[in-house]
Amino acid sequence: MLQGWVVVLASFAYLGVLFAIAYQADRRADAGRSVIANPLVYALSLAVYCTTWTFYGSVGRAAATGIGFLPIYLGPTLTLALGWFVMAKMVRVAKLNRITSIADFVASRYGKSQLLGGLVTVIAVVGIIPYIALQLKAVSSSFTILLSYPEIVMPAKAGTAPLLNDSAFYVAIVMAIFTILFGTRHLDATERHEGMVAAIAFESVVKLVAFFAVGLFVTYGIYDGFGDVFDRAQESARLSALMTTADTASSYGSWAGLTFLSMLSVLLLPRQFQIAVVENVNPDHIRRAVWVFPLYLFLINIFVLPIAIGGLLQFPTGVDADTFVLTLPMAHQQQAIALLVFIGGLSAATGMVIVETIALSTMVCNDLVMPVLLRMRSLRLHERQDLSGLLLEIRRWAIGLILMLGYIYFRSAGEAYALVSIGLISFAAVAQFAPAVIGGLYWKGGTREGALAGLIAGFLVWAYTLLLPSFAKSGWLPAEYMAHGLFGIELLRPQRLFGLTGLDEISHCLFWSLFANIGAYLGVSLLRAPNAREVRQATLFVDAEERGRVAGWRGGAPVADLLPLAGRFLGPERARDAFERHARSRGLAVVEDLPADARLVQFAESLLAGAIGSASARVMVASVVQEEPLGIDEVMNILDEASQVRAYSHELEEKSRELERATAELREANERLRELDRLKDDFMSTVSHELRTPLTSIRAFSEMLFDDPEIEIEERKRFLGIIVGETGRLTRLINQILDLAKLESGRAEWSTVAVDLAVVVRESAESMGQVYRDKGVALTFDLPAAETVVLGDRDRLTQVLINLLSNAQKFVAAGTGQVRVAVRRAGDVIRVEVADNGPGVPPEERETIFEKFRQGGSVLTDKPHGTGLGLPISRQIIEYFGGSLWVESDPGGGATFIFTLPVFGGDDR
Amino acid sequence: MNRSRLAAQRLVALFLLGCLLFNFPLLALFNRGGEVFGIPLLYAYIFGVWLALIALMAFAAEREQS
Repeated sequence: MLQGWVVVLASFAYLGVLFAIAYQADRRADAGRSVIANPLVYALSLAVYCTTWTFYGSVGRAAATGIGFLPIYLGPTLTLALGWFVMAKMVRVAKLNRITSIADFVASRYGKSQLLGGLVTVIAVVGIIPYIALQLKAVSSSFTILLSYPEIVMPAKAGTAPLLNDSAFYVAIVMAIFTILFGTRHLDATERHEGMVAAIAFESVVKLVAFFAVGLFVTYGIYDGFGDVFDRAQESARLSALMTTADTASSYGSWAGLTFLSMLSVLLLPRQFQIAVVENVNPDHIRRAVWVFPLYLFLINIFVLPIAIGGLLQFPTGVDADTFVLTLPMAHQQQAIALLVFIGGLSAATGMVIVETIALSTMVCNDLVMPVLLRMRSLRLHERQDLSGLLLEIRRWAIGLILMLGYIYFRSAGEAYALVSIGLISFAAVAQFAPAVIGGLYWKGGTREGALAGLIAGFLVWAYTLLLPSFAKSGWLPAEYMAHGLFGIELLRPQRLFGLTGLDEISHCLFWSLFANIGAYLGVSLLRAPNAREVRQATLFVDAEERGRVAGWRGGAPVADLLPLAGRFLGPERARDAFERHARSRGLAVVEDLPADARLVQFAESLLAGAIGSASARVMVASVVQEEPLGIDEVMNILDEASQVRAYSHELEEKSRELERATAELREANERLRELDRLKDDFMSTVSHELRTPLTSIRAFSEMLFDDPEIEIEERKRFLGIIVGETGRLTRLINQILDLAKLESGRAEWSTVAVDLAVVVRESAESMGQVYRDKGVALTFDLPAAETVVLGDRDRLTQVLINLLSNAQKFVAAGTGQVRVAVRRAGDVIRVEVADNGPGVPPEERETIFEKFRQGGSVLTDKPHGTGLGLPISRQIIEYFGGSLWVESDPGGGATFIFTLPVFGGDDR
Repeated sequence: MNRSRLAAQRLVALFLLGCLLFNFPLLALFNRGGEVFGIPLLYAYIFGVWLALIALMAFAAEREQS
């Protein structure tokens, strides 16, 4: 039955089933009925951890070391106990920052460093290659062994068969093609592969069932239950030795070392990161995985020891213990079980290869090749609209390359090690990510250089103490270097570094590489404080729990729903434009091609948030999205958003306070306006009053002259004199009002020239001379010899001086009055003083006399001396030319009116 | 988040317990001949502790779920 074609056909049929599952899952995801939105599927897909290493290798390890196979599964059990703590945080951080791989994670954490992303990718690829080789070795040897049925013949040494006769070569090619078909059919920007996850979960079931079948067959078919198996083992000294472990420090040290190593690996292997973090649809699924995944590990290990014992009893020599799982059923002519085992092994291998190479190819493409290509300006990639074809192409080549490298490693070093030992080399490589990743999640002080230094140091030590020796053991490198150290320096012996003995090679490497790694990470990080960019990213990662925003949408909605929704708020045209841009950014030609996924919803939400605010946008979008049920985290995050709303309301309060302030200012301005209005009314009534006084007397005397023709000529003359005087006053008043109106409205005409104030004083005094002589008031001058030139309008300045002189003359006593005019220069100004020996101006009037229609002395008792507009007009004129006019006075001691004007030209004239 | 925090603390406690139970020196106490129900003592111990730990983890993780 087990002819070659049957095995090949069964293999391809199995791969076809995987395809069908993935296809179906993708279709259902598109229809919004995701199969992987299920905690059990998530937990099962995590079991991609169990590869052919577990399937074939555990038994080999158990046959050699007894309990030595267990730490690899106890470690992940312990890690999952921390899963609710560490894994959930990683998932949250990854979702928040749109992380698509572990390289992306490290790069993003330390300030989005492309260099770091590239380095992590290189370490991951180099580190994982032995692991891929392990899968190729297991599948090809199980295939070869199965073909020789019913004989049990160990396959020829790896690397001895010619390339075209080497089944591992074909296995590598088939796996590469299968992975390319499987994982790079289309491009999803979130790097999520629903179909793949569904297929992986299915594979986990297949390998567990296959292993259980063998286990049950060996334990209950060949022997009579566990007790019987162990009883028989006790009969042989060699087998009973497997029941305990060496009671030495080194043995416990190795045990602890392997436990620790596998604790890290279950988080940091690229495929585990892909499945556990990137493909996680709901952080709440981790809750179930916390115990289902360890239970899976427990179950798949129950029969390891019975099979190992059974194999050792069945084949005392000549059969590789790594093949017992397959060779035991074959030895008992159980063809169906043998075929099932082969399929189980194939399942374990393909699961690992698919996820690992997809994760690695994403990293190679996004963190290694694309940054380089985008930097090569000559390619003009940044101008290309659609890069998805190129991206897929790069990924396909990366998958092929990784599998070929795996094959080359298998040919070169595959034979020197058992399956588990090969896998552990890879485990030790990915453990190098631990300081940067775990440190980066909980410590904000890590810097880019620190992470780079740690990774490089750890990677170099790993390569020197584990990778290169694996080449040396298989003869690819001179064994000289192993025995005597590099350059013959004994201290540098790769697996006795600095003379450290007493550890197995894995623990030895783990100790030295993590020593160098953590040391460099901490040491270099602490050289400087993180820069702003690093601090921002560190806060996003470390405080993810506290700051967690509302995570992305878990469901999708079609464009047909979202576009009209956005259109309602943004206007149909603007909404369509935005959607078109979004479609183009995703490499789609038309809006209608946009898939109904979470990203589209996210886009629509942020679009709407710009128009109606984030909280309302979420509610609006929620009305059209078919969402998966909310987890506790989402509820908590929505509460967080509520607190954000509270923050907004604080902002609103602030705004309303500002409004109140503005209102108060407006009210004040209004008050001022009213005051001005009142002043204007006062002015009008004063003006009309002032106009009416002379008019009244003119009218009264005219009427008297008109009514009584009998009036004496003398009397008549006196009346006419009063009428002429009052008319003159009226004219002056009107002229001054017009003048003032012109000055105040800024429509007065000015001719600004250089004017010598002393000359103006002399001219004004001359024109006032007669008035002074008539009243008997002495006018004296104090004029400087130097020029007192200012910029001004000669007529206006004369107006000011005449005004002041005439005021002075009015207030002094006739006969004894004295007025003195002084002009002098005081610094940058010319100062003109008109001093009299009149009654003076009381302090309370010193400002008011400059207001319109205010006159010195009591308005009620004293007879008005002038129009009340002279001083306001004078002040306007002086201020216009940049000077000031004021009065200084001691009551009873006379008044001094002073004005100053800036000197024209200054000293440099 | 109080309910989740309690679950997380219980799980961390189980992690610490597991680290102790699966390592020297407790492991050394069972690293000797002898059988429990026909199963070698060391294996019975490890698998027994393992299963108990998984049960407790399931209890801690699932119980708080509403």
